[in-house]
Amino acid sequence: MREQPRLSALGVGEEARVCRVEAASALRRRLMDLGLVPGTRVTCVGKSPAGDPAAYAFRGAVIALRRADAEEVCLFAGAELPLEEEAVGAWD
Amino acid sequence: MGLTAASTGTGAVEGKWVLRREHPEDRVIALAGNPNVGKSTLFNALTHLRQHTGNWPGKTVAAAQGRCEHKGRGYLLVDLPGTYSLLARSAEEEAARDFLCFGGADAAVVVCDATGLERNLNLVLQTLELHSRTVVCVNLLDEAERKGISVDLAELSRRLGVPVVGTAAGRGEGLEELLAAVEDVIAHPPQAKLPRYLPPIERALEVLTTQVSGRCGALPPRWTALRLLDGESSALASITQALGRDLREEPGIARCLTEVRAELARVGLEGELLRERLVSCLIWRAEDMAHAVVSSVQADSHRRDRRLDRIFTSRLTGIPVMLLLLAGVFWLTLAGANYPSQLLSQGLFWLQDRLSGLFTYLGAPQWLHDMLVLGVYRTLAWVVGVMLPPMAIFFPLFTLLEDFGYLPRVAFVLDHAFQKAHACGKQALTMAMGFGCNAAGVTGCRIIDSPRERLIAMLTNSFVPCNGRFPTLIALISMFFVGTAGGWGESLGAAVLLTGLIVLGVVLTFWASRLLSATVLKGAPSSFTLELPPYRRPRVGQVIVRSVLDRTLFVLARAAAVAAPAGLVIWLCANVEVQGGSILQHCTAFLDPLGRLMGLDGVILMAFLLGFPANEIVLPLILMTYLSSGSLLELGELEEMRALLVEQGWTGLTAVCMILFSLFHWPCSTTCLTVRKESGSWKWTALAWLLPTAVGMGLCILTAALARLLGLV
Repeated sequence: MREQPRLSALGVGEEARVCRVEAASALRRRLMDLGLVPGTRVTCVGKSPAGDPAAYAFRGAVIALRRADAEEVCLFAGAELPLEEEAVGAWD
Repeated sequence: MGLTAASTGTGAVEGKWVLRREHPEDRVIALAGNPNVGKSTLFNALTHLRQHTGNWPGKTVAAAQGRCEHKGRGYLLVDLPGTYSLLARSAEEEAARDFLCFGGADAAVVVCDATGLERNLNLVLQTLELHSRTVVCVNLLDEAERKGISVDLAELSRRLGVPVVGTAAGRGEGLEELLAAVEDVIAHPPQAKLPRYLPPIERALEVLTTQVSGRCGALPPRWTALRLLDGESSALASITQALGRDLREEPGIARCLTEVRAELARVGLEGELLRERLVSCLIWRAEDMAHAVVSSVQADSHRRDRRLDRIFTSRLTGIPVMLLLLAGVFWLTLAGANYPSQLLSQGLFWLQDRLSGLFTYLGAPQWLHDMLVLGVYRTLAWVVGVMLPPMAIFFPLFTLLEDFGYLPRVAFVLDHAFQKAHACGKQALTMAMGFGCNAAGVTGCRIIDSPRERLIAMLTNSFVPCNGRFPTLIALISMFFVGTAGGWGESLGAAVLLTGLIVLGVVLTFWASRLLSATVLKGAPSSFTLELPPYRRPRVGQVIVRSVLDRTLFVLARAAAVAAPAGLVIWLCANVEVQGGSILQHCTAFLDPLGRLMGLDGVILMAFLLGFPANEIVLPLILMTYLSSGSLLELGELEEMRALLVEQGWTGLTAVCMILFSLFHWPCSTTCLTVRKESGSWKWTALAWLLPTAVGMGLCILTAALARLLGLV
């Protein structure tokens, strides 16, 4: 499988959809509670003066994440269809 | 000092709730909601209490209780800490979940932010699973209107199956309707429409719920089955504790659980993926609902917020704007406080003369007059005269910034430095709270999840000056470095110097945090998420009234309560003679060598020691002591105060060292007791006392030695 883009690589103003959250259990849970589940559309809305952390808008809220944590969130590459089987899972 | 649960204060946030019902028939209402949705404002509006509010997540760290009445019936409201979910593991979330599950609330109100409803609906859905007697309160409707966002409350109510009430708690709108809806759900429990999960999960739940029914006490069977399926240990531990037995150990349930797990594993739903799908279903449901009920006239209703964020947090402007704002607040404080300060001290000393007159008229003995008027009253007058004006300006200004939503941006900008110090970015928030009161800052550290990082934040909180120390710093800067005339130009100079001191405090906070995480509190920085909430228009009138009445007067009363007895003690020490000298002379003579080494003198050190209960009284105590041994002056203005200090041998070095030691010395007694309470350990309390003291003494000794070496004094 080819290297997938990460949330941390998103530039200011760029938008993408989340494909997978790979973070360790506690952070993963927190991010999901905030609504960062597969398929969620995320926009990077700003970076702090040092470039880390960065602010991400999703589901109507803005959440700041450190780069190391944003590394753990995989994004769909540009052309990929966001809601393929992997994301929807076993709906049936 | 190992990092055990007992030593790091994880035991500090208890899941135990003591309800203070005034009447046995009072209804208990739990107020739940995401952080920063105006829950405390709503709570205050309903109960007429004054829980502190502010636009940043985590403001409410402990649950407040308050009573209100509606149509002759009493309600006990419990303001729960803000949570995004009831599933995660932070102390606040566990506390909120445990109260909703086992606290015995008659009904729950979930407060939502109308400007970001989608994110809030996750918690609503989770609460419905626990409590069908739930009212959804869509708050901040006024903010939403301003942003061109409207919410179809009737449709939302239809989709959730429970009442939905719109409010604008800041303006007191919708409160009657809310209480009426609460009464309604208690009288007639609504048919809440519970969220549905993926079909295989639903099939598993159905079987498991049947097994659990009748064995889970007052807990909803479906919710209990969900927790068993999810397997999250803290929720299961709470359930076990509430029921007095572990459901997983009951043969029927254990067998059923194994079976449904195996069934789910066949379609690929196991472990983390199963948990992820459980959460995702709620999120998708919330998304669906939000799309149906929220409409926005503007394409991007948050454009203004993003524009402000660019000013407050970008690489070019983030830090300069922060420093400018800080200096601006100080400038307004200094320039504005100058004239009222003079007026106030003139008034207070006029009153002193009248008091003396009264004592003479009554024929009271001289010693009684001296003790009460020169001892108690004068110390009190100095504390009030020096502190009140700057506080009455600084507090409202700071609260306005807080209300506007600026503090989380500070945390965002400063996080990189905290990250380098292996600490949590939220420490910037607790640091900002420390400006008001270090004890409040230490309590605020509960918003930091990692026990290690929470301790670092608690131990370093007193590196920023609290309001008790600001007036001392301001007075010293004015007297020795920029002149006491108090013009706008001089105020500007003083504001710049004061900002520099705060920057020094913040830099040393980073340094001390790094030191702690390299030694006694070793560890890597943990992950964290920080919400940057929407900017809100500050409620100017309310902020001024609240911050003057609550914070200023409260802090002043505390200082005065300490100042009066301290004045008495000093007067007695100065006037009781033992072995050819007053007690005071003996004490200060003993402390003098150490004081000199630090560029200070024995009197100053003595005042700092006596000021342990409240930092506000340090400067008045110094003056008091000098006056008792020197010539009596009529003190009113800074220029005269300066003359007295210079007469007692003060130089620029003394002032610099005094400023440094004011910034960095032991935290006041209240702060120490708070560290003890929050950390649950005297050892950490001792370190919280020692760390700033060692830093301050070191800096003073170094500065004094350097100045003497260079022949500056």
